[in-house]
Amino acid sequence: MKLLEIKNLKKSFGDLEVIKDISLDVEEGQVVGIIGPSGSGKSTLLRCATMLETMDSGELIYLGEKAVTTDESGRAVYAPGKDLKRIQSYFGLVFQNFNLFPHYSVIKNIIDPPITVQKKSKDEAIEIGRELLAKMGLSHKEDAYPYQLSGGQQQRVSIARALALNPRILFFDEPTSALDPELTGEILKVIKDLAAENMTMVIVTHEMGFARDVADHIIFMNDGLIVEEGAPEQVINNPENERTKAFLNRFSNAI
Amino acid sequence: MDLSVLVLNLAKGMLVSFEIFILTLLFSLPLGLIVAFARMSDNKIIRNITRIYISIMRGTPLMLQLMVVYYGPYYLFEIPLPKGYRFFAVIIAFVLNYAAYFAEIYRGGIESIEVGQYEAAKVLGYTETQTFMKIILPQVIKRILPAITNEVITLIKDTSLAFTISVAEMFTAARAISAAQSSLMPFLVAGIFYYVFNFIVAFAMEWIESKLAYYK
Repeated sequence: MKLLEIKNLKKSFGDLEVIKDISLDVEEGQVVGIIGPSGSGKSTLLRCATMLETMDSGELIYLGEKAVTTDESGRAVYAPGKDLKRIQSYFGLVFQNFNLFPHYSVIKNIIDPPITVQKKSKDEAIEIGRELLAKMGLSHKEDAYPYQLSGGQQQRVSIARALALNPRILFFDEPTSALDPELTGEILKVIKDLAAENMTMVIVTHEMGFARDVADHIIFMNDGLIVEEGAPEQVINNPENERTKAFLNRFSNAI
Repeated sequence: MDLSVLVLNLAKGMLVSFEIFILTLLFSLPLGLIVAFARMSDNKIIRNITRIYISIMRGTPLMLQLMVVYYGPYYLFEIPLPKGYRFFAVIIAFVLNYAAYFAEIYRGGIESIEVGQYEAAKVLGYTETQTFMKIILPQVIKRILPAITNEVITLIKDTSLAFTISVAEMFTAARAISAAQSSLMPFLVAGIFYYVFNFIVAFAMEWIESKLAYYK
């Protein structure tokens, strides 16, 4: 089943065409890694897909439900608010900078969205929250505040927060970029565990080795276009495109 | 006049000062938030009107504003001043003035919250109202509390301006007694009253700040 379909997405900031024309599908259980040089538009793609940025034209479809369509004049038309709210509940997003709520304890960060948004009972939410914290190895930090945690711990809390709403598809925007190199491992392990549980994920990352290990489909973006895509070994080990080769060569030490 | 009578008289005035203080905060704190939203509105006209209002409130003396509010209705529109309008005039002028200051403090606080907080709340499915009330406002309050404390302390001292339109608050009483007795004592006692009032308020605000210090 296709969880996400993006068709002919275009997005400009002023005169700058950040995304020229991108189409992609994400199947249930798939882990898609999006790589590419900075400025290639990969973060903007993620922000359009999660509706943090409005797209100029194209289609955005989750689970067959249309969030964005394009009218005859070629402009993007968003679905009515209540449809968007429902569609929004299909996905979660993990930010580069975590964006935890600093005034809430770890457990409150995780249980407040299910209580506020999904109208879950507090007991039910706490049960879900504790289970997720245990999975993230952070049970002992339940009552801590975000500022008392390391970056890696904060990121794990933010992953738990996203998972507590039970999304069908989870996006990651450079989840390890704000972390010290020695802390990236713990995040990569969490994502690998999620992949093993068949969680559908789309990950924008600089971690080439990680993208190769965890993703079953790699998209290489450059200059607002998908330049190359396919299985990891194909894109990362034997790239056909010159741009991909040049980019990966610079990363070869890191792999 | 012995000291106990003096203190009693000033205490009566103090009660009026306290009323002005409480009523001003009660109305200007919420009004300031509304003004802050108007100041940040997407609508250019609303934004500019608010900007002019804030500019006038901050750019002219409170004493002058007080007189305009008190005498304005009669001089401009020949509306006879109802009984007791004196006190209302003080509250109206103070609320309008302080709301402008509070609005700018709120605006600074709201604009200092990282955009990531809004984005996280949006992706999690919070409505705009839930985002503001649960996520943004609590953080804003913590950040602006020291600035609010400053204004609140200034307000206590500003209540003495009500004497310009003869509202019988503490300073008015002190001035009358001082003139009648040719003594500086009433001012000295009034000064102690203001100081103690401020001391208690500053202590209370610090207590609130310490209650919000559980996170960074």
